[in-house]
Amino acid sequence: MNFWEYLGSRHQQILVDAYQHASVVFQCMVVATLLGVVIGVVTYRSEWAGNLATVTTATLLTIPALAMIGLLIPVVGLGVPPTVIALTLYGLLPIVRNAIVGLRGVDPSLVDAAKGIGMSRVARLARVELPLAWPPILTGIRVSTQMLMGIAAIAAYASGPGLGNLIFRGIASLGSSNALNQVLAGTLGIIVLALLFDAAYVLLGRLTIPRGIRA
Amino acid sequence: MPDSVAGPRTPEAETRSVGATIELEGLTKRYPGSALPAVDDVSMDFREGETVILVGPSGCGKSTLLKMINRLIEPTSGRIRIGGEDVTDMDPVRLRRKIGYAIQASGLFPHMTVAQNIALVPRMLRWPAARVRERVEEMLDLVGLDPGEFHGRYPRQLSGGQQQRVGVARALAADPPVLLMDEPFGAVDPITRDHLQDELIRLQRELHKTIVFVTHDFDEAIKLGDRIAVLRERSHIAQFDTPEAILTNPADDFVSGFVGAGAALKRLNLTRVRDVGITDYPTVSVDDPLEEIFSRLRSGGTNEVLVLDKRGRPYKWLRRGDMMRAKGSLARAGALVGDTVTQDATLRDALEAVLTDNTGRVPVTGRRGAYEGVVDVETLMNSVHELLEADRLEAREAQADLQDQRASQTHAEQEGPGGEAKA
Repeated sequence: MNFWEYLGSRHQQILVDAYQHASVVFQCMVVATLLGVVIGVVTYRSEWAGNLATVTTATLLTIPALAMIGLLIPVVGLGVPPTVIALTLYGLLPIVRNAIVGLRGVDPSLVDAAKGIGMSRVARLARVELPLAWPPILTGIRVSTQMLMGIAAIAAYASGPGLGNLIFRGIASLGSSNALNQVLAGTLGIIVLALLFDAAYVLLGRLTIPRGIRA
Repeated sequence: MPDSVAGPRTPEAETRSVGATIELEGLTKRYPGSALPAVDDVSMDFREGETVILVGPSGCGKSTLLKMINRLIEPTSGRIRIGGEDVTDMDPVRLRRKIGYAIQASGLFPHMTVAQNIALVPRMLRWPAARVRERVEEMLDLVGLDPGEFHGRYPRQLSGGQQQRVGVARALAADPPVLLMDEPFGAVDPITRDHLQDELIRLQRELHKTIVFVTHDFDEAIKLGDRIAVLRERSHIAQFDTPEAILTNPADDFVSGFVGAGAALKRLNLTRVRDVGITDYPTVSVDDPLEEIFSRLRSGGTNEVLVLDKRGRPYKWLRRGDMMRAKGSLARAGALVGDTVTQDATLRDALEAVLTDNTGRVPVTGRRGAYEGVVDVETLMNSVHELLEADRLEAREAQADLQDQRASQTHAEQEGPGGEAKA
């Protein structure tokens, strides 16, 4: 059976896996974005708190994905929970770092002006600082998503959802007629999903970055 | 009338506010870790509707002083009163909405359109949407930008001067009685700066806000200020007086050093032709018959007459000798009038015109260029002398007053602690 015949006969299964893969990445990204921006907002004004947040999230990222999931299984069990926790943690770093860099990069004279015309702390953040820091934050989200696409494949190790299942099954049955097709289908599926997400982000950028600060 | 659409919810917006007094009392700012305070015990009063310029070398704390008025920098001690109300402990966010604030390089938010930028403070004050919209158009109009054209533009699509205008429009949008300006024209080219200064003078004539303006450019201070405070390090007031007084009688070497060379020349910028008075001069019209012009020339005490054209505008200078060559027609006789000045021209402009004209005088014109009189070198010199003399006298009196005041103050201070010690 060549690759195309394989795709034809198994497309149902592949589509379900792809959907679950995309879904888990998307949901984890939403959580990671909210969490990451909040961490950024809370820490960017203080030198040490910002650095602590960046270093902590960077350290998390150095833990091998397999080890992280392995460590989570005894705590939260198999399946979806370890996948979601691991992906969210991995997704944090680029968002936290870009949020801090972006917020710190807002021209101090603009913050001064915002204060000077009587904007409250919350209004300053919501109307001036976050909108101006949004382009770098969005870049962080894009980087995170690309990364999570790959890492999510490992989730299959903990019986998680997604295209990783195809890859793991293929690797486990190396030598059998469909092994290579399975690995190939999983990998290509991830690449296609990653490209689709990226295109969506470009569109999101067009819609959400005001014309006045678009590069 | 934009004011008539204001709903009952915004009673403060019903009437156009004019300036308010500002009193600073013993304002001090001390930063932790530095031995000397950045601003040291400054007391100043700003009158309603006047433009006060804080001028001084960089690092003298003039910006810090300004930012303490809207409490962007919280004073370590001292009181601030605006319009008689003590605002030292007021909620700073509410306070700042009542104080216009314009800064260098405009401080416009790049992600918002011109209209959104201007609408910020009125929106925060919860003006009804329709009124905010009208106000934005009105403000653009006020600062000389076409609302239709600039409304939807982003700041980066504007020139530096235009950005600065929008910055001023935003600062004035909620019609605050007080406007703080922190080197607002520092980042634009000299020609644009000149225009913006003229605009500010015009605006202020219409609006009568209390403006506190920080700059390090003394010429800008002279041009804009009703009064100028020359500050030295830690915002100590070296001299706080009218531009005239500072130019003619600087309090000490620091001030005269800051005023720079040519104080007497700068003084000429402060007086207009209107103030020195113009003199009459024999005139004839081009329509007059030649014999009459002849007789005027002969009977007049002067060697020259000014020929006016059909609309009464200065046309030619005619000398006695010219009449010989006239040969029945004025066409080839006399010298064409070069420069004219208006009543509103500064003495400096008038002097410039007089010096370049070989007759040593320059016609003054009014509406549609019609002749009103002349100024000549003598009038100018005399009035300049008189002005300088008057300034000097005034300044001497003021200084005497000040010394009296200081003397009684030190007296009181010396008495004070002594009295307490005894008690």
